Amino acid sequence: MKISFIINGEQKSVEVSDGKSPLLWAIRDGLDLKGTKYGCGMAACGACTLHIDGEAIRSCSYPVEMAEGKIITTIEGLSQDGKLHPVQQAWKEEVVPQCGYCQSGFMMATAALLNEISKPTDQDIDDNIINVCRCATYYRMRKAIHRAAELNSQNS
Amino acid sequence: MAKIKKQNNVKRRQFLKYSGVGIGLMIGGVWLARNPLRRKVFELAETMIAPYQGDTSNPLLWLQVTPDNKIILHSSKVEMGQGSFTSLAQLAAEELEVNMERIKVIHAETGSGNIDGMSTGGSMSIASLWFPLREMAATMREMLRSKAAEKLGLTTDELSLTDGVFSSGTKSMTFGEVVDAVTDWIIPDTPKLKERATHKYIGKAIPRVDLHEKVTGAPIFGIDASYPDMVYASVIRPTMVDATMSNFDFSEAEKMPGVIKIVHEHGFVGVVAKSQVEALSARKKITYDYKTNQKWNLADVQKAVSVGKGKQTIFQKKGKAVEDISDEGESIEMEFRSPIGAHAQLEPNGAVANYRDGKVEIKISTQVPKLTRDEVAKALGLSKDKVNIIPTFLGGGFGRRLHTPNAIQAALMSKAVGKPVKSFFDRIQEFQNDTFRPPSHHIMKAKIAGGKILGIENNIASGDTLFNSALDPGVETVVRADIGSIRGGAIIYDKLPHISTYYHVDLPFATSFWRSLGLLANAFAIESFMDELAIRTQQDPVKLRLDNIDEANPYGARAKRVLEACVKKAGYQDSANNGRAMGLALTIDGGSPCAQVAEVSIEDDEIKVHKVTVAFDCGIAVNPDQVKAQIEGCVCMGISAALYEKMNLKDNKLTPINYGAYRMALMKNVPKEIDIVLIEGADVPGPVGEPPLGPIGAAIGNAVRRLTGQRLTELPMELV
Ligand code: FES
Ligand code: FES
Repeated sequence: MKISFIINGEQKSVEVSDGKSPLLWAIRDGLDLKGTKYGCGMAACGACTLHIDGEAIRSCSYPVEMAEGKIITTIEGLSQDGKLHPVQQAWKEEVVPQCGYCQSGFMMATAALLNEISKPTDQDIDDNIINVCRCATYYRMRKAIHRAAELNSQNS
Repeated sequence: MAKIKKQNNVKRRQFLKYSGVGIGLMIGGVWLARNPLRRKVFELAETMIAPYQGDTSNPLLWLQVTPDNKIILHSSKVEMGQGSFTSLAQLAAEELEVNMERIKVIHAETGSGNIDGMSTGGSMSIASLWFPLREMAATMREMLRSKAAEKLGLTTDELSLTDGVFSSGTKSMTFGEVVDAVTDWIIPDTPKLKERATHKYIGKAIPRVDLHEKVTGAPIFGIDASYPDMVYASVIRPTMVDATMSNFDFSEAEKMPGVIKIVHEHGFVGVVAKSQVEALSARKKITYDYKTNQKWNLADVQKAVSVGKGKQTIFQKKGKAVEDISDEGESIEMEFRSPIGAHAQLEPNGAVANYRDGKVEIKISTQVPKLTRDEVAKALGLSKDKVNIIPTFLGGGFGRRLHTPNAIQAALMSKAVGKPVKSFFDRIQEFQNDTFRPPSHHIMKAKIAGGKILGIENNIASGDTLFNSALDPGVETVVRADIGSIRGGAIIYDKLPHISTYYHVDLPFATSFWRSLGLLANAFAIESFMDELAIRTQQDPVKLRLDNIDEANPYGARAKRVLEACVKKAGYQDSANNGRAMGLALTIDGGSPCAQVAEVSIEDDEIKVHKVTVAFDCGIAVNPDQVKAQIEGCVCMGISAALYEKMNLKDNKLTPINYGAYRMALMKNVPKEIDIVLIEGADVPGPVGEPPLGPIGAAIGNAVRRLTGQRLTELPMELV
């Protein structure tokens, strides 16, 4: 079956044999957008986080057929006009990534959080950023989240 | 390929003699001194500064100059997050006289001939390449200078060099122009390396060279690799330990959509299908029978891992056993345990293989490119030059990528279907088939009298880390003990009479390297016990440690300095205050001393770590910011292991099988403050990526003891 949606500003379709299969694989393998990662396949780690209609979603547990007609953003679409998103910029300034594997998921979760709460407190961060980073880069991530909020407010 | 002439017989391996921070004598003592070979191996293991094992005689293998005047550094060490690509670029830039931006670091393919004989691990990448890489870069610079002089019709003395451009008066030539059309190179004597004081890049907090890729989601990992016309595979992995699978029934699976072939050879079963999803779904339709050999529950494992059982090796001895010291005084004995630990690295293991015309190319996240090449060649009956391993960035390593079955299976399946094959574990398979951190049991003993410690004893029982895994079989007979399991198990308080004994235990599931190997569990036991002895003898825990470290120990003075710096920075106090308390611990791992003070409270019946102060001496910090990043990572991963992580074994099934249920530290569980002091106590870089995992468990436990009076003796620590 064919599923169509807008992803990173472009209208795309993917062909899948099972509409209940995860959106994650349709995006990674069907559309060759590899920034969204597989970590657990059970909505337990957040590596596959992307945005659907502006909301952070764990795509490993999201049936591809539900994406029909939706607007999707992945890490590849987070930066616009060749300019890094404030979250990516902050991540760079704080030199957050180690292995880097979990980082797309964290950045997508953070971008969604900042849309909801423009200046998150430490408590907001603890409550909302619940992805897994095995390199345990949490300490710098927290700083980067605050920095991203700051960059956002400077931009607006 | 360019021709290479050697001007003379330079013994490039000269660097060996000054490689490393110096071989320590932390382990030694009477018992091991009887066998020099054995002692040597132990010392090497304990200091973990093994020399680089690969070709460093030819700079052209490592450093490629491109026409647009960029340098491609082909690294035989892989980047798994530890930041070594950045530090290697700094070493090369320093001697090449080019700006950092000119250098791009990539993984060396085994087919290039630049092969690391060991693995990437043991925190040795920078320490082992400190001399060789700078020597190669300096040599390359002079090779370029001679060619430039020749091409410009000048002498080498007339050329000055700035950022990859030679010049003299109005004449100039870039590195990129120098290499153009050159087919023969002369490798000169190794030039003198720059003095430390003149370094421009070494010692600077330069941003990671892989930042851009990692904040933009670039497809740099093994799981992202692909080939045109690639198909996908999923292999069956055991779900039980000490069990054999038989009577496979493929009939249902074969009917599933997208299935191309079910491969059953070489002791594995894999489904090859058109898509990842189809391969996974079909694999789940295969049925088979299980036969367990012996019944296993966690209690059986704990019983097996018990001091007194298994093969005994005394690895440290000075003075008498505690029971023989004297009849006077009080004997203290405490037991400690650590659990089966999972690696839980985020990127699952897998490989992408392309077999064609008797040759195979494999893109893979691995810590062992050479071993992978050799094992794939053996399994496919190919000569090694027909196998090319292309390492990718690793989505975490931590010791989980030292094994090769994924590569072998992907290669065999690619051969079977005549197409490139991508084959990855799913997360459940990762948890069920991890090469776990072995569980451990310690019995610590001491004799105290009149406020003094008369002697101390460390008895460790643990499963394998090195045996059965990465070492050649011969090593076992030389060292007799698993040098990985006893890592961090030596008593560093050499002024106290001490004996350390290891009991090696065989387990029914695979155990192997887990970041820092035995250090986490050993340091937890020893440093918790030291704190307890301080309390029982009413001594200041700082002074007790300082008094008993011998400055004759090559790391003694550095360890003392680190401890003093840490307690000063933390404002350490040994009694609780306002519902918070501090705990301290000190370790020397791989010759890099590390002290930590943890500040904790109890919130909602759980231990909460507010702040960790760290003093660390790894010698030269090639990139201080990345040294800090490794410390922060070790502290937070250590908190995860010390407070939450454990595997269970029930009816031969290892559980949990996914994140979440396997509880790990999340954002909310790590301290908001990590205060770091770096001390440069040696004139070479030492290990960085693992030593800071040592003190954290005991530092937290000691803080809890001083806050609540409870001595927690089991990892993960739970309040009772
Ligand atoms: S892969 Fe989706 S949450 Fe882990
Ligand atoms: S950076 Fe490695 S898992 Fe997060």
